[in-house]
Amino acid sequence: MAFFLETLLGGLMSGMLYSLVALGFVLIFKASGVFNFAQGAMVLFAALAMARFSEWIPDWLGMENLFVANLLAFAVAVVVMFVVAWLIERLALRYLVNQEGATLLMATLGIAYVLDGIGQTIFGSDIYKIDVGMPKDPVMMLESVFEGGILINKEDFIAALIAALLVISLSIFFQKTATGRALRAVADDHQAAQSIGIPLDRIWVIVWCVAGITALVAGIIWGSKLGVQFSLSTIALRALPVVILGGLTSVPGAIIGGLIIGVGEKLSEVYLGPYVGGGIEIWFAYMLALVFLLFRPQGLFGEKIIDRV
Amino acid sequence: MFYRENGQFKTSYKADQQAFAIPQDRWAIYAIVAFAFIGVPLLVDEYMFRAILVPFLILSLAALGVNILVGYCGQITLGAGASMAVGAYAAYNFLIRVDGMPALAAILLGGLVAAAAGIVFGAPSLRVRGLYLAVATLAAQFFWDWAFLRIKWFTNNASSGSVSVADISLFGWTISTPTDKYLFSLGILVVFAVMAKNLLRGNMGRQWMAIRDMDVAATVIGIRPMYSKLTAFAVSSFYLGVAGALWGFVNLGSWEPAAFSIDRSLQLLFMVIIGGMGAISGSFFGAAFIVILPIFLNQMLPLVGSLFGLEVSTALVSHVEVIIFGSLIVFFLIVEPHGIARLWATGREKLRLWPFPH
Amino acid sequence: MKLRKLAAAASLVAIGLSGALTTPAFAAEEQFFPLLVYRTGAYAPNGVPWANGFLDYLKLTNARGGVNGVKMIWEECETGYATDRGVECYERLKGKHGGGTAVQPLSTGITFALTEKAPVDKIPVITAGYGRSESQNGAVFGWNFPLVGTYWMGADVLVQHIAKKEGGFDKLKGKKVALVYHDSPYGKEPIALLQERAKMHGFDLSLLPVAHPGVEQKATWLQIRQNKPDYVFLWGWGVMNSTALKEAQATGYPREKMYGVWWAGAEPDVKDVGDGAKGYNALAMQHGAEPDSKVVKEILEKLHAKGQGTGPKEEVGQVLYMRGLISSMLQVEAVRVAQGRYGKGKRITGEQMRWGLENLDLDQKALDGMGLGGVMRPVKTSCLDHMGSAWARIHTWDGKKWNFTSDWYQGDEKVLRPMVMLASAKYAEEKKIKPRTPEDCKK
Repeated sequence: MAFFLETLLGGLMSGMLYSLVALGFVLIFKASGVFNFAQGAMVLFAALAMARFSEWIPDWLGMENLFVANLLAFAVAVVVMFVVAWLIERLALRYLVNQEGATLLMATLGIAYVLDGIGQTIFGSDIYKIDVGMPKDPVMMLESVFEGGILINKEDFIAALIAALLVISLSIFFQKTATGRALRAVADDHQAAQSIGIPLDRIWVIVWCVAGITALVAGIIWGSKLGVQFSLSTIALRALPVVILGGLTSVPGAIIGGLIIGVGEKLSEVYLGPYVGGGIEIWFAYMLALVFLLFRPQGLFGEKIIDRV
Repeated sequence: MFYRENGQFKTSYKADQQAFAIPQDRWAIYAIVAFAFIGVPLLVDEYMFRAILVPFLILSLAALGVNILVGYCGQITLGAGASMAVGAYAAYNFLIRVDGMPALAAILLGGLVAAAAGIVFGAPSLRVRGLYLAVATLAAQFFWDWAFLRIKWFTNNASSGSVSVADISLFGWTISTPTDKYLFSLGILVVFAVMAKNLLRGNMGRQWMAIRDMDVAATVIGIRPMYSKLTAFAVSSFYLGVAGALWGFVNLGSWEPAAFSIDRSLQLLFMVIIGGMGAISGSFFGAAFIVILPIFLNQMLPLVGSLFGLEVSTALVSHVEVIIFGSLIVFFLIVEPHGIARLWATGREKLRLWPFPH
Repeated sequence: MKLRKLAAAASLVAIGLSGALTTPAFAAEEQFFPLLVYRTGAYAPNGVPWANGFLDYLKLTNARGGVNGVKMIWEECETGYATDRGVECYERLKGKHGGGTAVQPLSTGITFALTEKAPVDKIPVITAGYGRSESQNGAVFGWNFPLVGTYWMGADVLVQHIAKKEGGFDKLKGKKVALVYHDSPYGKEPIALLQERAKMHGFDLSLLPVAHPGVEQKATWLQIRQNKPDYVFLWGWGVMNSTALKEAQATGYPREKMYGVWWAGAEPDVKDVGDGAKGYNALAMQHGAEPDSKVVKEILEKLHAKGQGTGPKEEVGQVLYMRGLISSMLQVEAVRVAQGRYGKGKRITGEQMRWGLENLDLDQKALDGMGLGGVMRPVKTSCLDHMGSAWARIHTWDGKKWNFTSDWYQGDEKVLRPMVMLASAKYAEEKKIKPRTPEDCKK
């Protein structure tokens, strides 16, 4: 029982981490209809920027304080991600408005290549460290209830909290601010939004900026967990089933989807894996998403698409 | 001036409906095929054969398969690599488990098995569409990646999970030199391309295109979406399976599942979209672009660097290579979202009037 | 208009290139090595130090005056750890400068692909510490040289080590060992041997695969937490190793009970885990981190002090750097051996290189002469044994550096030999190869 709970908790926490990446997909798809395969590359790029600047800034300024250095590096990394977002919109997506989904998908793959190349050229391709003071050792809980207690990974726990915070602040941003409302208007209907004077170009830049910031947060959390290096960009593949399970257009969907996938893949690996040789979690996540899709073809929370003839 | 249809009159339905109705096209195709069979082997060195031409031919065949599904039936797939893997491993098993199995038969049987697997994993397309389907096909990709690593029977209990085949032979012709490999792949590619051309002009191809353009309307006029979507998956997977078997038998000789990873699937989709969806020639253009460009860049950049007196490190070369590769893809999509095949078609239209455009 | 501009630009580039191409780069006696390296991609942190060490030794050889006056030349090609790119690189480089002497791909996938091509092109494939374990059998694998270590040998040494810790092989009965491995041919190599050993001694082996690239291992370590194995063997590469250590820390598995293969026992694997990896053990393929060895000092003095070194100075002497260096040294020495038979001061061909590799005999004196005394043990290959030395030891990370913590072990021939013979016989049958006889070797 205790072990089951542990697995469950572990799954929930990895699920939150997937959601972080999935959020980036959803934000961009919602506002511009682009399925952004470059999200993984953006996570890597942001994490590399953060890791390297937190190394360089103390050198340049000659200071020791880790906290200030991290804060400055974060600020610089945010600026970097804004520039990246602006460039992507200005140089590529602006010219691809109204293309088919597949074309846009390929374009973002092209962008992913460019980001990978530039990121490694500027920041190097070694393994780097982000030290934001995340605790690494586990704690035991509920030792009175279960023998041996339940092991909780503090780092994952804090990461999950940060993810939750980010989602809440994004929701407030979307519901309460004028820009957020404009974003939602664009998501609902491009032309109608444009006709009431919402500037599409600027909105798209903003969306990419927001996606850039989620990428940065995801990059910092994953980077401090795993170390920053090239493989970080592959976590996008782990987040894809989350997005389609939750629905491409739903922010809460990304969270719920993440939790379902996280729990599903951990339970399957631990309880089913040993019978079939293990290593099943990645395809199991996709299968799980697929099964859900068969009942709800537009994801759990996605908008129903009505085809008219 | 040279590319004129004036004065070409068709006097029978047969003439009007043939694959290449314009004689210039027909002769050009014959010339290209003849050159590929006779001219290329005389001109090209071993490096070109092994590193560029053979991969190009086999991946063209695979791109053709993806194009049938994506370009003609409108179902996006990210699981093309998996179909290739199924074809390769199935062919391998036929070859070693059945005594006296001819290699060509094993390759074709591998394709059939891939087709069967394609039908199973194509089934979700009946309910799921668009990007959701694309991601759903990844399930097949990851499942087969796993299966070939894990299930020992598929790899004949090889301790490492990688398999290898000896040089194959065809009616007494042992395919071992690069030229043999090239000719063998070319032969299969030509046969399959002609098959595809005819398939797509026929009833089945037209059904697929109807489904692609508007599936509800297609249903109304009596096309069964289930039948035609699944046949598209089957035929596409058959092509991919044969290509996968060739990739293993002819190009690599020994391989592991990583040879057919998700990267391969994305690469194939790239070929189809850059080359041109819904055009057979697009598969060839796309394959050429994706196979040759990185190699070309990789070799050119140090030379370009040395022109300016710069010593370019290997790492920088490959970084710049992916940057340029990525940018070119975006550039092409912006300039011509319908792929190189469309550029070609536009060029052909211009050629009709050239050199007197008015 | 656009087209015309493009054409003009293209022709300009072409003219420039033809100029660059015709620059003659030919001197009398040069020995060419194609270098397949990866300095980008998922495995770059591990590929870079290896490549730097490899290159530095070639440079050092030239600084020492070459091999009997023959200079080493090389060309790098980036494979990115991808098999098809590796094959392309090989095809591109193999014919240059009079032909490649030997090739070392540092990737199990590329090794498998090149194994097919080696007998045709007559270029030996050296895989020091990786590749197929059965390729030790030179009778079947005439062109493969898994010098100094195979995975079966490594796994065997690990089992010997834990047996010693437990106080004898009979004490292993009922113990639980978990193998956490990279889900690829590389990671699966040791399984056959471990299963054999498990049968012999009655320990319980559980297999836990981790999918490429290995950044998600939570479920794996939950299982380890549940099963509480007595030992965990780690067969990873690249980011998978550091992730495994972090997950071990997060689930509270003692690092002292973890043993990595030699590809999971270098600085990039533990560096960003730091103290979290304290107590973690790994196999040392003969050498460990050797900052104090003579050869390292010589490289620092002869190359890095003059700004001719490859990569950063701090890297010289690290584990993977040394691996690259030793791999490079072995091939240079094989050139020397081959020259001894086919003519001193002459360029040798790939076929002659094979003879050199099969008659490698580095005794203690030779090693001392190269500044490698204490770094590794003597190596002696033969036509039938392409490994040459089956010795390894264990080193442990103390939070800052790697220290040796065990004596030398030798892989047990009684276990290894039959397995090698069986597997290579199967390969020979599959590929229709006629094994070489001792008479063939004399040619």
